[in-house]
Amino acid sequence: MAGESGKIDPMHQFQIEPLAQLNIAGYDVSFTNSSLFMILVLGALWLFMWGGMKRDLVPGRWQMAVEGVTGFVNNMLTSSVGPEGKKYVPLVFSLFMFILMANFMGMMPFGIVPGVHPFTVTSHLTITAVLAVISFGTVLIVGFWKHGLHFFSLFVPHGTPWWLLWLIPLIELFSFLIRPFSLALRLFVAMTAGHVLMKVLAGFVINGLNAEAAWVPLVVSIPSFILMIGITLLELLVCAIQAYVFALLTSLYINDAVNLH
Amino acid sequence: MPQISQILETYASQFFWLLIVFGLIYFTIGHGMLPKIEASMDARDRKIADDLAAAERARAEADNLGDSGAADLTAARTEAQAKSSAAKAKAAKDADARLAKADAEISIKVAASEAELAKATAKALAGIEAVAADAAADIVAKVSGAKVTSAQAATAVKAVMSHG
Repeated sequence: MAGESGKIDPMHQFQIEPLAQLNIAGYDVSFTNSSLFMILVLGALWLFMWGGMKRDLVPGRWQMAVEGVTGFVNNMLTSSVGPEGKKYVPLVFSLFMFILMANFMGMMPFGIVPGVHPFTVTSHLTITAVLAVISFGTVLIVGFWKHGLHFFSLFVPHGTPWWLLWLIPLIELFSFLIRPFSLALRLFVAMTAGHVLMKVLAGFVINGLNAEAAWVPLVVSIPSFILMIGITLLELLVCAIQAYVFALLTSLYINDAVNLH
Repeated sequence: MPQISQILETYASQFFWLLIVFGLIYFTIGHGMLPKIEASMDARDRKIADDLAAAERARAEADNLGDSGAADLTAARTEAQAKSSAAKAKAAKDADARLAKADAEISIKVAASEAELAKATAKALAGIEAVAADAAADIVAKVSGAKVTSAQAATAVKAVMSHG
């Protein structure tokens, strides 16, 4: 966290550090702290789901939680796509849970163990871009698979006046093509900004406590600390909202591909 | 910003591990565990719906039974009323018939008695005339010494008696 100069660098938390060197076909695919946290997310998600696999007729608390999440994703797809949306529940559920768990994993207070830093997988553009491409690619594949070239009628909404036919499809095409970028950037920026803000506030608290003047902790550290509690809670909310937004937009885009407006 | 400054060194590792992890999540959790959880939720929903339907059916049946019970009760009551009124009517008819028969018997007896009475009266009256005629003949013989035939005496007595 602390740089060489003794200052707190809020960007250091996003640094990827190789833990084990690995080279495949000339590509550097080292096992990094990012990979480690992805594995942790996988483990946490698997554990969470495993707890809900008891399949009791009357669910316990854990099973209730798992069924609540699956029912939530199921509802989201049935309400935005219709009965055909059931087919896409595994994909949207995987996206939603991976993003949610990764966001929360980055918020875990692992930092209280010296030398351990939590890492937010979803604060990396490379990760969010792949997730967005998965989402967008599904839309493209489903759209062309179901409708063939008729899928392009998506760019001509119903009721377009004939004299606007040269403009509307261009705008629609542009808004369609920008979807993967907005999906990727929204998640990346939200997670990065939140974590930078928390780290900056934490820097205020610590640097204030280390200051020589006695009034500084009182004026800087305590208000920063109180603010940080609020920001942390807000950031937890953002973690859930960003996962929800990603899953909701994916299901809306799948709706476009399945039902063509 | 390490996300951008490190992108060329780390993208391969990031893609590689993300695809492994996301693939595992998609295939083992999304396609392996999720359908089972949804199946148990569906089974529960179906069980609840079935139970509700069975309860609804049982309620309808009970309502039906109640209705038919009430109908049975009404039918039994009307039947009983019909039976009792029929029995009453029959009893009244029987009584009338017996009364009429008794009346007839009594009137026959009365008529017979009256006839006997009339006969007896006539007989008595005839006896009285004969006695009176004998007595009149005796009285005439004693008083005047004239001999009167019993026929004359009888005529005279009859005349007197019919004059009162």
